[in-house]
Amino acid sequence: MKLTGAQIFFECLKKEGVEVIFGFPGGAVIDIYHEMPKHPSIRHILVRHEQGAAHMADGYARATGKVGVCLVTSGPGATNTVTGIATAYMDSVPMVIFTGQVPTPLIGNDAFQEVDIVGITRPCTKHNYLVKDVNDLARIIREAFYLARSGRPGPVLVDLPKDVIQASTEFRYPKTVHLRGYKPTVDPHQGQIHRAWDLLKTAKRPVLYAGGGVIISSAHKELLRLAEMLRAPVTTTLMGLGGFPAVIRTEDGQRALHPLWLGMLGMHGTFRANMAVQNCDVLFAIGARFDDRVTGKISGFAPKAKIIHIDVDPTSISKNVLVDIPIVGDCKKALQKLNELVEKEPIPNLEELRAPWLEQIRQWKETYPLAYKQEGETIKPQYVVEKIFELAPEDAIITTEVGQNQMWTAQYFHFTKPRTLLTSGGLGTMGYGLPAAIGAQVAFPDRLVIDVAGDGSIQMNIQEMMTAVCHELPVKVAILNNRFLGMVRQWQELFYNKNYCATCLDASPDFVKLADAYGAVGLRATKPEEVEPVLREAFSTKRPVIMDFWVNPEEGVYPMVPAGKEISEMLLV
Amino acid sequence: MSMTRQNGLRHTIGVLVENQPGVLSRVAGLFSGRGFNIESLTVAETNEPGLSRITLVTTGDQHILEQIIKQLNKLINVIKVYDFRDTEFVEREMALIKVRAEQHTRAEVLRIVDIFRAKVVDVSPHFYTIEVTGDDGKIQAILELLGQIGIVEVARTGKAALARAKKH
Ligand SMILES: Cc1ncc(C[n+]2csc(CCOP(=O)(O)OP(=O)(O)O)c2C)c(N)n1
Repeated sequence: MKLTGAQIFFECLKKEGVEVIFGFPGGAVIDIYHEMPKHPSIRHILVRHEQGAAHMADGYARATGKVGVCLVTSGPGATNTVTGIATAYMDSVPMVIFTGQVPTPLIGNDAFQEVDIVGITRPCTKHNYLVKDVNDLARIIREAFYLARSGRPGPVLVDLPKDVIQASTEFRYPKTVHLRGYKPTVDPHQGQIHRAWDLLKTAKRPVLYAGGGVIISSAHKELLRLAEMLRAPVTTTLMGLGGFPAVIRTEDGQRALHPLWLGMLGMHGTFRANMAVQNCDVLFAIGARFDDRVTGKISGFAPKAKIIHIDVDPTSISKNVLVDIPIVGDCKKALQKLNELVEKEPIPNLEELRAPWLEQIRQWKETYPLAYKQEGETIKPQYVVEKIFELAPEDAIITTEVGQNQMWTAQYFHFTKPRTLLTSGGLGTMGYGLPAAIGAQVAFPDRLVIDVAGDGSIQMNIQEMMTAVCHELPVKVAILNNRFLGMVRQWQELFYNKNYCATCLDASPDFVKLADAYGAVGLRATKPEEVEPVLREAFSTKRPVIMDFWVNPEEGVYPMVPAGKEISEMLLV
Repeated sequence: MSMTRQNGLRHTIGVLVENQPGVLSRVAGLFSGRGFNIESLTVAETNEPGLSRITLVTTGDQHILEQIIKQLNKLINVIKVYDFRDTEFVEREMALIKVRAEQHTRAEVLRIVDIFRAKVVDVSPHFYTIEVTGDDGKIQAILELLGQIGIVEVARTGKAALARAKKH
């Protein structure tokens, strides 16, 4: 029996186990939408802007580890997804984006709503396809999902001309994928693992530096095990937060920082994390890519260290920083193999060996802890984040926007589980947090999902509140409302003579009324003592909520490494 | 440890790719997007159906060359990257050169053509068009000599390169 392209589209998605599509219709994909009601097992979330669809698919993917899917029309529908695609690309998020395209005979004619989306997204997708023949459709969709989730994951775009979707052919889903040029190395080289172990066992001052790769490959347990066996302190990048349990339960049931936890490193990293990296003798990078926000001035980064680096993507290795022992492969597999070696040959006198280093780190922590004072009548933004951490259950999913809100979340919310922080690390996309939260809430309807937002960022995709309300997705938005584009204002304050040009947001909507207008719940706190009641009320509501916290407008994120400085050159207050 | 980026050696790279739409722009886009330089680039089908070979010449230090090769390997449609750094290889380029050839210079042009084992492929009352094949040095040399007589136009193909067959 022959199926149309639109029918094949749904059959393929079912084979891939797709449960939800985030989408927005238009002429070029109307045939797919026409077919949709016949496939009730696939839920469709109608968004309000295609950028929202891409970020939702991304949030869904980051929260679950599955491939996120979005479907949009040609031309403007397709271009609206580009920021979302680039965001996912920078953070290695598995996603398949389906875009409509004008019929093949019109391609290249500047037809109505035509755009070369394959050309536009070439530099920000892992791969992309223009399907020219319905006979290729099933194979291409199969390949797209395979590419999106394997190796170093990433977004894959499939462009679907209208006539291809309308044409028919026999449906045959390929059992296997055959791509001659694509053979990611997942199994690490045993010799390199041995070399890494040789280096680690003699290290006096080791540091483990983990990135998003630890979360992508679910290597968090192996990381913890390695850290404990080596008694080595651990720092993570923004993307790696949650890959190591920042807090543990003490014997009396209290929460305390894990003794080996350094906090995040880099531009807004903790004093002790940055000092540890600058003074370590072996730096073990695991699924991290030496981003400039992490390294600061590259020539002065980890100057005393031999460097070991595991990454599934060989291009990441020795791209920014020369590595002594490269290990290409999956982080989990590599750490498992390494842990076997460590188990076989425990380091003698480990406690004694490590004592001076851990003591040094303790002193750094004591000298310059992450700190702020909640005093006076205005709310400190850090206080809001700390309260959220206190009141939220351990499996809560936190998304952020970009700016100070993001960095305070990274500093003051102590992530203990992987896939509980969803944030745009690589691209730094304002407007990411709310749609990503919605995507995560679709995947986990019963978990608490909170977007920590700035008053600037939230206005970039605020329209998705309507999506949340329509689909009864009870996301919570906590706006740290400082009436500024805070992070840019902070740079202006520090490096541009307090010339607050174009960063003051005096004119913003009344967020409580806005919530009301969307049919959500709006709450406001203007004094410190109102913070907790507002959060409690929001967390116990089964509806979407916007919380408007009026925080101190000129609060800064510290420590801060000025751009271009070494990461030990921190501004501390 | 740190690295500095600086201009470095010229380098010839062969890339075996699947002959699919967009492959060339993926390869070229990789270079422009990452700030790598392309000096010349040739593409054509190979003997194997569905496969094309790209030969490109680029400049960069060791570190940049490493990255270029890794990034090329990462492209889905790239089957194999031939890094000619440590292999012996043959490379050739073809150039078509249109020179002024008047009564008193014709003999000189023909002499040069002869010395370089080039070929005159078109003749008109005032011009000769010459085809020459060779490595970079040879093409530079003939261009220089003919330049003294008067070159009107030049079209160069860019390099094609293959690793030398191993002798057993
Ligand atoms: C789409 C986009 N545009 C611009 C920027 C540059 N930028 C980075 S942080 C920032 C300020 C964010 O302000 P706000 O959302 O109010 O958060 P705050 O820093 O005050 O917490 C800006 C404009 C960006 N990251 N993303």
